[in-house]
Amino acid sequence: MKKYDTPLIDELEKGPWPSFVTEMKRAAKNNEMANDALGHLEKCYKTRVGYWKHGGIVGVLGYGGGVIGRYSELGDEFPGVAHFHTVRINQPSGFFYTSAALREICDIWDKYGSGLTNVHGSTGDLVLLGTKTEALEAVFAEYSSRGWDLGGSGSALRTPSCCVGPGRCEWTNYDTLDLSYALTQEFQDEIHRPTFAYKFKIKMSGCACDCVASIARADMSIIGTWKGNIEVNQDEVKNYAKKGMDINAEIVNMCPTQCISYDGKELKINNAECSRCMHCITRMTKALRPTGERGATICIGSKAPIVVGSLLSWVIVPFIKVEPPYTELKDLIRKIWEWWDDNAKPRERIGEVIEMKGMRSFLEAIGQSPIPQQIKEPRKDPFMFYTEGDIAAFKAKEAEEKKTGKFKF
Amino acid sequence: MALPQRKTDIGPPHYKQFLPPVIQKNYGKWKYHEVIDPGLMVHVAESGDKLWTVRVASPRILATDTIREHCDIAEKYCGGFFRYTTRNNVEFLVSDEKQVEPLKKDLAKRGFKMGGIGAGISNVVHTQGWVHCHSACTDASGLVKAMMDELMPYFESKRLPSKVRLAVACCVNMCGAVHCSDIAVVAVHTKVPVIKHEDFKNMCELPTVIGSCPTRAISPDPANKSVKINAEKCMYCGNCFTVCPPISIKDPDRDGIAIVVGGKVSSLRTSPKFSKLVIPYISNEPPRWPKAVAAIKHIVEVYAKHARKHERIGEWIDRIGWERFFSLTGIDFTFQCIDDFTFMRDTMRTSATFKW
Repeated sequence: MKKYDTPLIDELEKGPWPSFVTEMKRAAKNNEMANDALGHLEKCYKTRVGYWKHGGIVGVLGYGGGVIGRYSELGDEFPGVAHFHTVRINQPSGFFYTSAALREICDIWDKYGSGLTNVHGSTGDLVLLGTKTEALEAVFAEYSSRGWDLGGSGSALRTPSCCVGPGRCEWTNYDTLDLSYALTQEFQDEIHRPTFAYKFKIKMSGCACDCVASIARADMSIIGTWKGNIEVNQDEVKNYAKKGMDINAEIVNMCPTQCISYDGKELKINNAECSRCMHCITRMTKALRPTGERGATICIGSKAPIVVGSLLSWVIVPFIKVEPPYTELKDLIRKIWEWWDDNAKPRERIGEVIEMKGMRSFLEAIGQSPIPQQIKEPRKDPFMFYTEGDIAAFKAKEAEEKKTGKFKF
Repeated sequence: MALPQRKTDIGPPHYKQFLPPVIQKNYGKWKYHEVIDPGLMVHVAESGDKLWTVRVASPRILATDTIREHCDIAEKYCGGFFRYTTRNNVEFLVSDEKQVEPLKKDLAKRGFKMGGIGAGISNVVHTQGWVHCHSACTDASGLVKAMMDELMPYFESKRLPSKVRLAVACCVNMCGAVHCSDIAVVAVHTKVPVIKHEDFKNMCELPTVIGSCPTRAISPDPANKSVKINAEKCMYCGNCFTVCPPISIKDPDRDGIAIVVGGKVSSLRTSPKFSKLVIPYISNEPPRWPKAVAAIKHIVEVYAKHARKHERIGEWIDRIGWERFFSLTGIDFTFQCIDDFTFMRDTMRTSATFKW
């Protein structure tokens, strides 16, 4: 039932793009909380400020996260949003659902919450927007008894997420759906009980297209790659040419390593020089496909601008096999967390700690050797640390050279 | 009625039960796909089996009744199987070709908008805004709606040189990958925060507040049992407000939005890139943000006219140079576009070669 006049946000029901205001009104038909959320939002539009308070500590017994406390400063004026907590439901890998599963989620939410959702939140959870403190235990019992658990929040491992992977993509280099599920199950404690210095996100993409933006917004980005050659189907190359593709302009000239040639008949790839950027494969998916050993590149540290500027993830492990039960990867993650835990101040993301403490300290702690694939270019300043061990190794190498009469650089 | 027995640490349901039979059968054995139109693609497996995907837009905030409508549609045409995408679209997964046209007709009749696949504009990644966040200095959902109403042709039909990924962040926390988008809006504060000293000692931790400031503008104020902010150093990021509620940074007349361009996350052709600032300030103008929307549309149109096929906005600008981007778009170049935070040494020009 209509409770408030909302002339400003009504403007956002006009035009062709689907309207979130229409969604809020749809929920408000049978829900007082959603109704008050509409009135509350109209007020924000009128005054051009928000009225939500900082999150409070609310949750379910035994968990330190998964629910984000949300209270309005205007609880007296809009009692339906006085408490308006968010519940994060851990999504299934790849956001695949059946109608039966989603109907169940909706029915429970209508019973206890505002009827409003985000499908999905930025991290990947199915987000239920707006419920009261006293409903939280019931909400959790209803969902968990039916096989749904809460996702992460606060200074914890956040709900891992992945691209569609082998579910519906010919380019994936590992099973992103399975790895996402396996890591989520392995690290339930780290998701539900915040013990980290700050948040930690893991995102998994099957190839360098990076459809979940892992390189930009995951403390740990796991990006699929391969080591073998790109197999060329020359008949399909001819078909692309026949259909009007200018192969020299669109493929050969756009290859970043200039490792492709085309003489009007045959496409040739100098595979040794290919950097696996995926451009040619995505443009000619019927003609080109990777072969040989598959795995992933592990990058670390990306985050948004707060506090001292955005970071993109840095390559730390250029190639790792990604096969169940993923023991090597799980061990690596535990080593990364241990170093982070030893070195971080509160609210420091791992990328920031690596910047402070130095990449060497981090790489040594997780057992990775330096390798040129990790860098864009070597350092350009002469201010280096030398350990006693480093110098001893340089000297030992020189002693060896004197014996053999051959320099090794 | 008694509540059912709760369970803890069970994690999400296993994804396999949500995969349609055609995916179960061809899992990891896809051969290629073709984009038939911006709302429809087909994936073909090694076995010859085909899976059609019809993609529709969603405003991300969904009423449960709308999700039920998705369920109704999926039950009618897809055996109940469907999925959502990382950019908040809905994808109906059809294994019987004969169902594709009836599904599209039904979706159109119900008012769903199909599109978003391939070299155009897909749905917008965005944050909570005034709908549900304490830190928001504008509304993200409203901005997205206003932008996409104007850009609708690029979602449904019109093609661009490459995909253009849009994002909206309602504050500089930038939840979502706003900082690596082709074009993104980020809402900004522009004034030094005001501190309610009398509440500070009860609600805030001194070292945390001092440590929260990226420019070291905050120092102790023992007389007030609080802190003080050096106005010459403050860049209005609002991180102090995040850790200390009595520090207020909201100001309806001064809060505004900035536009950044040229970011990407894929490694296709060139490495992932951050988005860069081109328009430092537009007043916050709900409910339709006309100037911000016009600016975004203008940048898209200039890109469409000048970029080469497959070039993302950032790649196009790298080729033509930033001075050319500013001259082609007619956007005023301002002091805010010159980095004076952490990236100056990497972003100033260090050669005497450029265009006029």
